[in-house]
Order: sequence, then structure tokens, then C-alpha cells
Amino acid sequence: MLNASLKDLSSSLAQKKISSLELTKLFLGRIAALNGKLNAFITVDEEKSLAQARVADGRIAKRASQPLTGIPVAHKDIFVARDWPTTCGSKILSNFIGPYDAHVIDRFNDAGAVSLGKTNMDEFAMGSSSESSFYGPVKNPWSTDCVPGGSSGGSAAAVAARMAPAATGTDTGGSIRQPAALSGVCGLKPTYGLVSRYGMIAFASSLDQGGPMAKSAEDLALLLNVMAGFDPRDSTSIERDAEDYARDLNKPLLGLRVGVPNEHFGKGLAPDVGKAVEAALAQLEKLGAKRIPVALPNSGLSVPAYYAIAPAEASSNLSRFDGARYGYRAKDYRDLADMYCRTRAEGFGAEVRRRILIGTYVLSHGYYDAYYLKAQKIRRLIANDFTEAFKRCDVVIGPTSPTVAFRIGAKTSDPVQMYLNDIYTIPANLAGLPAASIPCGFGAGGLPVGLHLVGNYFSEAKILNVAHQYQRETDWHAREPAGLKQ
Amino acid sequence: MSWEIVIGLETHAQLSTASKMFSGASTAFGAPPNTQAGAVDIALPGVLPVANKGAVERAIRFGLAVGATINRRSVFARKNYFYPDLPKGYQISQFELPIVQGGEISIVTKEGEKKIRLTRAHLEEDAGKSLHEDFQGMSGIDLNRAGVPLLEIVSEPDMRSAEEAVAYAKTLHSLVRWIGICDGNMQEGSFRCDANVSVRRPGGPLGTRTETKNVNSFRFLERAIEFEIRRQIEILEGGGKIVQETRLYDPDRDETRSMRTKEDAQDYRYFPDPDLLPLEVTEEWIERVRKELPELPQARRKYYEEQLMLFPQDAVALTSSLEVSQYFDAALSKLREIPGIPYGSQKPDVANAKHVANWVINDISSYLNRNNISITQCPISPLQLAQLLARIFDKTLSSKTAKEVFDAMWIPFAQKDWPNPARGQRQQLSDIPPNLLTSTLSPNTVDEIIAKRGLKQLSDAGAIEKIVDDVLARNAKQVEDYRAGKDKAFNSLVGQVMKATQGKANPAQVNEILKRKLAR
Repeated sequence: MLNASLKDLSSSLAQKKISSLELTKLFLGRIAALNGKLNAFITVDEEKSLAQARVADGRIAKRASQPLTGIPVAHKDIFVARDWPTTCGSKILSNFIGPYDAHVIDRFNDAGAVSLGKTNMDEFAMGSSSESSFYGPVKNPWSTDCVPGGSSGGSAAAVAARMAPAATGTDTGGSIRQPAALSGVCGLKPTYGLVSRYGMIAFASSLDQGGPMAKSAEDLALLLNVMAGFDPRDSTSIERDAEDYARDLNKPLLGLRVGVPNEHFGKGLAPDVGKAVEAALAQLEKLGAKRIPVALPNSGLSVPAYYAIAPAEASSNLSRFDGARYGYRAKDYRDLADMYCRTRAEGFGAEVRRRILIGTYVLSHGYYDAYYLKAQKIRRLIANDFTEAFKRCDVVIGPTSPTVAFRIGAKTSDPVQMYLNDIYTIPANLAGLPAASIPCGFGAGGLPVGLHLVGNYFSEAKILNVAHQYQRETDWHAREPAGLKQ
Repeated sequence: MSWEIVIGLETHAQLSTASKMFSGASTAFGAPPNTQAGAVDIALPGVLPVANKGAVERAIRFGLAVGATINRRSVFARKNYFYPDLPKGYQISQFELPIVQGGEISIVTKEGEKKIRLTRAHLEEDAGKSLHEDFQGMSGIDLNRAGVPLLEIVSEPDMRSAEEAVAYAKTLHSLVRWIGICDGNMQEGSFRCDANVSVRRPGGPLGTRTETKNVNSFRFLERAIEFEIRRQIEILEGGGKIVQETRLYDPDRDETRSMRTKEDAQDYRYFPDPDLLPLEVTEEWIERVRKELPELPQARRKYYEEQLMLFPQDAVALTSSLEVSQYFDAALSKLREIPGIPYGSQKPDVANAKHVANWVINDISSYLNRNNISITQCPISPLQLAQLLARIFDKTLSSKTAKEVFDAMWIPFAQKDWPNPARGQRQQLSDIPPNLLTSTLSPNTVDEIIAKRGLKQLSDAGAIEKIVDDVLARNAKQVEDYRAGKDKAFNSLVGQVMKATQGKANPAQVNEILKRKLAR
């Protein structure tokens, strides 16, 4: 059951081989056993989860279930959920209880899914290692000395360690795909605007996008079917007809044009990662795909552009955490300005403070044009690169991350090294394109390697089709970290 | 050497939408603190703004009414600063690309008509309110106002006197109410002006300006600007320099005080709000709004001036609001329907219009002001006013008795036979003084009141002659005095006749008959 696909879990539930209550207890037990070691969850509330499971069992009994009814799902602690603590990995929200449900939570609740708990993450999703959480670092289930990636590291570790069959994540510069790669699971960042951001605590609004994390492309499709959909409460949500993202899973790949960007295979890419990715490309060719070189000439500008735009938006988005209405407030302060200063200095961690400072700087009078505006222009160039590339190919494929998981603490003192981890994932956020990471082998230390697939706008079904066909021929995604037996 | 005064105004008009600029919370005034602040207004984590279509449409309506360009694409930006009544830590406004650009407002002062150019008008949200007085050692925050939609209307520095500035503010005030985008309630802060004032030598470069805030009445606007002009000229003539700063008008002391100088001006770090896509306005939308636009006050004013030959200042007064104009039009049209009304020579309405205008501008207005009610609550209907004028014209009423009838009709909630669009009307029943509410008089017609009170003017020449003969017979002494050249005696005789008719005789007629009889 711990390794079963969502489809199998769904049919087991429908056939009464197992109840949602039993399934939920199974995963809660797994969390209880492993969370001390991995720190993947910030909040677990067995009573709440079991109550939802009972309701789901009622729906199943009445044959009123949907594909995910009764299936436990872990949620990144960035999604506001009614009556659940919602911390965003920060001290400043350590006492915040969600007063409403995020759109994504709403959708899962409507589908009858069971909330397993809130997963750990980099504070306010700022990070690539899940080390910046106020609740301590998440450990990589493949090697607990290593980071699981981030910022959705808790969700990635939870799925990898089979503490949850599936999880939600958010991706601003790679926060779903990079931890998926480093933790050996699958993750999809949809087209910007496909999944409502309502109730998803904002980091960088123009880049943030929620998405699913799971063990297989097929599971991702079922999860996306629930998560995607127009929401009038999010002005950037796109109004379009509902799709079944699983519809093309079984299409053969014959004739598929796989674009391979040279820029993503150069300096900085670890040989073990490069090797695994090459092997995956060869596998796709074996399935009938054609390999086409494409150019993403402005790709190298994506990290600097991102580190102007994302902190700029963050510096403004995080202004609301001022201690005035909710959240943490400093105990002693002289006056209003002192209350703000102390509250925010004590409530935010070092990385969040750093990004607020960077963002404040790039938006400042006299610097705006040189940094923020220029970064926006680069953003357009990067999007244009992809538009050109997609004239010649159907998907762009490369490595998700330059290296396998690194040791905890290895990059915390060098933020730029940490930022470069997202060099291959950031362009998709800047362009708003859908992109996925799926396991494609193992590198140094037996740590997982992720394959990065970027598609054109709204081509999620195509990306999942490619991933699923690859996963029919390989079993990297089905491998499980050893040494985690209960 | 003289000084030239240069004034530009920034006006915040609260748009009359039921819900807020970016949330569904109510905008109604006066609710208990924080009862009209939803998740978006208090800036909970994860919430997002959604622009209010009604507010956008009102901005378009304004732009069309002032002949401005409606930008097909405008951008909401964030203005970042920390303050407890600004929950998000930024205000959503429009910065580089406003929805309305250009346009002009035509004002009338004693010097005549003048066009004031507009720079722009943009949409933004209001902040909440900090209450510093009611809490010892603490400040209260009321977020009911947070997120209320505002249209900030920025003029060019085209005004050259406080009088022009007030005329501009009043014209703008009447326009926004006329086109139904703002209720114009200044006490509640629905219409607020900031004045940018500078002085210079004629023909010289612009002087350093100051911005005076917190001006919430036309009178205060005039006083604040006049104070600021005096202050600046004094400084300059004393050899000093004007500091660019924001000043606050204190109506109690009738002066402006420095709030903050340019040096401590904040860097608002404006940038396009990534939660809101650029605002796209289609041609079809603009055209629909254009078609729905009522006739504008300026066009109406021109009609009154050019067709009805009213004085420009009277035309301005009659177009101070759509309701006043409608009241005037209705009274004039009712008057024309009354049989036997003496028309002017060429254009039938001209003579009547002058009379109706006088009554509306003088008598009705002063009564409304005294009772602090709006014309939509005027207890005298346009029909009643028309009837009153008709009875003055046909000499049934003298000016004295007309006033008495007018007073008798001054009761609230008389039947109104004229349209009451009640656009943006916020005034409640409770706002009307109780003496009007408790009045037991019924809304009688003018003729009923005349009959009931016996006010009909005695214009029957035969009857007056009889009374005159009688008076002359009884006052031989005065007749003698008059004939001896004592003019005073004549007045005494008139008084006797009026007394004998209980004041109802037509005084002009009495004069004429007396003179004729005495001349013999």
C-alpha cells in the first residue's frame, strides 16, 4: 500500500479492500515513525485527518466518490488551511491558524482527499534546501546527511519516504522540481495561472505556482486534475475549459521532437547528473523521439534576473507581516517603528531578511530601472527563447539540477552557490511555462538525479505523456530509499 | 512688484460602488469599526486583490465627461510604506499608466469662463483609519475604510487664485455627483482636496510649491490657500526661501503647518502589482459608457445661458447638481402648463426662466441650507413652485402673501412630481430636523392655501376704488395735506387702504387709483 499508485489506491478503496480510515492510519503511522528522523512535517493532526477519512469512507460507501476520494495528501505549509496552523516555515507565522481554505485545499477537500498534515519548507519558500525553516532542516530520505532540496523539501521527502502517497508543493524558481529531483520523486510546475494562488502565501506573485508531487507522472496527472481550474479570486488565474491531464498518458512517443538546450549541459553540470540525463535522452530516442538541439541563449541571465524580480516582489509581499494584526509580535518595543523593526528582525530568518533587503534595494528610487526593469526585459528575452525553441520541438529536456543532493550545511554560508542550484529550473518560471522533474537514475553517493521536462504553455498533458512513457520503460521512479524501514 | 499665484489641486473622490476596490466588502459609511473589513482588507496571508469593475466603469465615465483619453491599458502599481492602517504594507494605486489621461474642467468666476486642464485621474484604494484619541497609550485601527475605491483627479497648475481653485473644486464636485460616480459627501471624506500652491514673479519660472492636505470643505480650501499664499509671499519678500513640503491645514487656527519636508519624503518603491494584470478597457466598453452618459452640467449650463438667457453665475448655481437642475427644469415646465401664464416676447421661456431661477437660487436654496437638507428632500415640489409663481404673475398674490404661502408649503415629504434619481444620496430620514418631520400640515396646493388663509390679493379695481373713496372720505385732513405738497400723507393713505383690505389689495393698484383720485 505504501508504494501503490493513486490509481491503485483509488480502486482498492472503491473495492473496499481498504478503507480511507485504514489508509490514513497507515500513513499517519509512517509519519509518526519517520518524522523524527526526516522532519518532513511541521504539523500533523491525527484527529482532523481521521475525521476527513471517515467522511471519505461515507462518500465511498454511497458511491459518491471521485478519483482522489479517501486518498491522503500532504500539503506544503504555504497553503492556508482552515483550522490548521499555517506557518510557511516561519517564526512570524508560528502562531497563525488558517481562518480559511486556500483554493487548492478547497479543491482537494471537494474531491474527498484526506489532509495528512502540513509539510516543512524553506521559510516563505525562499531556499533550495529546506534548511531555512524555523522548524529545522528537512533530511533527504536517501541520505539523512543531505538536503532534500527546496523549498518544497518536506513534501518531496514525505513522498520519497512513503509518508504520503502524494503532496502539494509550490514552485517559484524550482521549488517543486528541484526537491523532486534531489529526493527522487516526480513534481510538476503547471503553466502560470493554471492553479489558483488564492490562499497560497505569496513569495513572488508573478512566479509562484502550485503543483503536485508524487511517485509517478500518472499520479501527477490525477492530482493536477484536482488542483487546476479557474478561480475568480485570483486575477492571474486563467479561465479555460477543464482538461483531463491523464488523457494523453498512453500516446506513443514516435516522432516526438525533444529539444536539448546546449546551455544546460555546460560548465557547472556535475558529470554524474549529465550521464544520467544522457541515458534518459537515449531511452526517449529508443521510444521513437527525435533529439533536436535548441538554443536558449539568454538562459545564463535567468538567475540574476530572477534574483532581482523575486526578491522585489517578496519585499512587498512580506510587508503585511508586521505584527499588527496576526502572527508573531516582538515583546518589547519603544514605538511603532521599533515594533516593526523588532518584530520583523526576530520573526524572519536570515535568508528571508536577505531577500527583503535585496528586493527593497532593487525597487529603490534610482535603482529600479537598472535592476527591476532590466530584469523584466531579460524575462521577456528568456520567454522569447522558449517561443523560438518550441517552433522546433515539443518538449525541452535537460537536467533539473546541476548536482545531486548536497550535504546539510554545505551551501548555507554561500547564498550564490545555493541560488545556482536553480539555474535550470528558473527559466520556466520566468517564462511561465509548465515543467516537470522525474527521476532518471542515480549519481554520486547513490543519490537520485532528476530529468527536467519543459513544455509549451498549457502542454501539461504532453509533458506527462512523455514522462509516463519514459516511466513505463524505466523503474527509477519506483525505487525507494533504503534504510528507512520502520 | 506683484506675485503670480500658481495652484494645482489633487482631489480624491470616493467612487460610489457598493463594494471595495479590490474586495467584496461593503463600503457603507459609519459601520462599527472593523465590521466591514474582510480577509482581503485585513491582508491575511494568501489573499489576493480582484479589481472592482464598477469602479473602473466610474473612472471611464469620469474620463469621458472631462474629454480625457481613456487608456486602453493601464497598470495597477504598489506604493510601499509601513503604517498600521495600511494592512498590506502597500497601497494599490496607478502610477505610470493611469486609466484617465488629460481632459479639462471649465470653471466660471467673476472674471468669466476658464478651462482648467487635468493631468490625469487614476484608480486607487483608500487606507484605513488610525484612531489616536480614544485609547490610552495605544492607537485604534479601523479598517472599514481600507480598500474603499478612490479616483484621484490631478489638475494641471492652471489656477491663479483661491477663488479659481474653489470654483474648480466646486465644479468638479458637482460633476462627479452629476455623473453618479461619487456622492460628494465632504464630511464623510468622500471628496477631499489637496492643494499645491506656489507663487512666482509674472513670467518667471515656477516657484517651489507646498502641498496642503486635509482640506475637507470649500471654505477651508479657500482659507488654506489664502493662508499659504500670504505665508509664501511673506517669506519671499523677507528674502527667504520656500521649502518643498507637505503641510496640514488646521481649521481651528486657520493656518497651515508643516507635516513633512521633501527630505523626509519616503521612497515608495512603486512597481506594477504582480497580483493584478494590466487593466484592459475595450473600445466597446468605452462606447457603452459614453452612450449611457447623461447630458453634462456644462452643456446644461450653456443651455441656460444661451437659450434661457440666464446670467452665467445663475446658470452655474442651477447646475451645481443634477437634482437642482432637474428641479428647475421641472418647475419651469410645470409653469408653462398653467393656463394664462404671461410669456416673454420672443423665446417663451426666457421671462419665466428668470423668475423660476430666482426662486430656486434664492428662496428655495436658503430654506434648504437653513434646514440642512438637499433638494431631493425639498418639501415644496416643482409643481407647487410653479403654481406659486403663476399666482404671483396673475396678481393673486403679492410678494408678501407669496412668502406666506411659501412658508405654509414648507413641510417635508410633500408629493413630488419630478424625477428623483437619488444618485449617491446618502442623506437619511434621521438627518432631517424633527420640526419638519412632526409638522402636521398637509401638502396642499397653492390655491388651497390661498383660499384657506384668505390670501387672495384684491385686484378688483371697482372694489378697491370703493375702499379708496371710503378712506378719502374719512381722511379729509390727509387729503388736504397731500394736496398741500406733503408727500408723507400719501403713504398714510395707502396704509389706510391696505389696512381696510387686510393687506390683500394689490399695492400697485392702490397707488395708481389713489393718485388718480387725488389728482382730481
